[in-house]
Amino acid sequence: MPSVKIPRKSTENDMTPFVDIAFLILSFFIMATKMKPPEPVQITTPNSVSTKELPANDAVMVELDGKGRVFFTMLVENDPEAKMSVISNLNTTRNLGLTQAEMNNFVKSVSIGVPFTQLKSLLSQPLENQKNVLQSGIPVRDSANNELTFWIRDAVTSLAGKKINYLIKGDNAALYPDFKNVLDAFKKNDIYKFQLVTSPEDAPVGSALYKTRNQIK
Amino acid sequence: MASLDTGGGDSGHKKGPGVKKQKRMSTRVDMTPMVDLGFLLITFFIFTSTMSSPATMDLYMPKDTKNEEELNKAKESGALTVMLGKDNHVFYYEGQLSPDGSNFKSSSFDPEKGIRSVLIDKKKHTSDEDMVVVIKPTPEATYKNTVDILDEMTINEVKRFALVDISDGEMQLIKATEGAGGK
Repeated sequence: MPSVKIPRKSTENDMTPFVDIAFLILSFFIMATKMKPPEPVQITTPNSVSTKELPANDAVMVELDGKGRVFFTMLVENDPEAKMSVISNLNTTRNLGLTQAEMNNFVKSVSIGVPFTQLKSLLSQPLENQKNVLQSGIPVRDSANNELTFWIRDAVTSLAGKKINYLIKGDNAALYPDFKNVLDAFKKNDIYKFQLVTSPEDAPVGSALYKTRNQIK
Repeated sequence: MASLDTGGGDSGHKKGPGVKKQKRMSTRVDMTPMVDLGFLLITFFIFTSTMSSPATMDLYMPKDTKNEEELNKAKESGALTVMLGKDNHVFYYEGQLSPDGSNFKSSSFDPEKGIRSVLIDKKKHTSDEDMVVVIKPTPEATYKNTVDILDEMTINEVKRFALVDISDGEMQLIKATEGAGGK
């Protein structure tokens, strides 16, 4: 009987294509990822059918979290001087008594959510400790002392001559009166055009908007 | 395939008897640790990446004016007032609120039978210029509800709408309806 020789195949496979694909995906994710700046609050935005993109520059953003706390952020990547002028202005008008180092700290910080009285103690801490501080939010409820008005006023002055985008980023659970207080702070500065930050969603099938959008295509 | 010649087997030339056979090292590298690390990074980036970038929605508010003459007038036939209550409840009435509250109806955010169908219905028998939706969120309405109803305006292409404070009379009707266990 002639014995049939079965050639033994190696159990080791060639992993090269596999590795190729893996690193392709990896490089895609590295490119696509936009590192989120650390935020003091977690905000889940509502959905809307709007498709306009979020502007990254020359924008003033007011955040409103689920507990009604209000945070103020200036998105001025190209122009850190604007933030400096805001804080030095506030320092003089509100007698905050901030040092130069504390003002530099403000320029580097992301968002501020404390009353003016607590601003010095927040900014005196190093930047990495600031996010651990529980911020109580900028007071807006009392219409006579709506501190957000002053923040907005100075931000508008420092960005004068530019087209400023006013962003409001609210949490799903935030209540309408708090939202209205934020709007009032803007209105006091004669600002009536806002952009609400939302997560995108598709227009419902069959609705008027759905029909218009599909006609254009 | 990009497999490398490992030099296995004795396909090489036979050397003379005095020549020592040099042991050839394998050029194949064990890639397992590299793949491990690669996939670890992939999972890390998948988890941290924020895929959907946020969009923005425009909102234009009117200037607060005390002057009655500057206020926009709305035709009664084209007006639809939508009120937002607590727990995602929606109330609405067409035109003027009747004194006995008989045209005061309740609705919801249901995509099929909710406020959207009311808006579509209203749009059918009202001309575009006349139609005005007045949105009145109560203090118990959430920000999500407010954005949702503004979004409904975009979805149904209602050109004229306004965000207005609620009046006491309407507030009482909502309280009464909610208290009675109405939807």
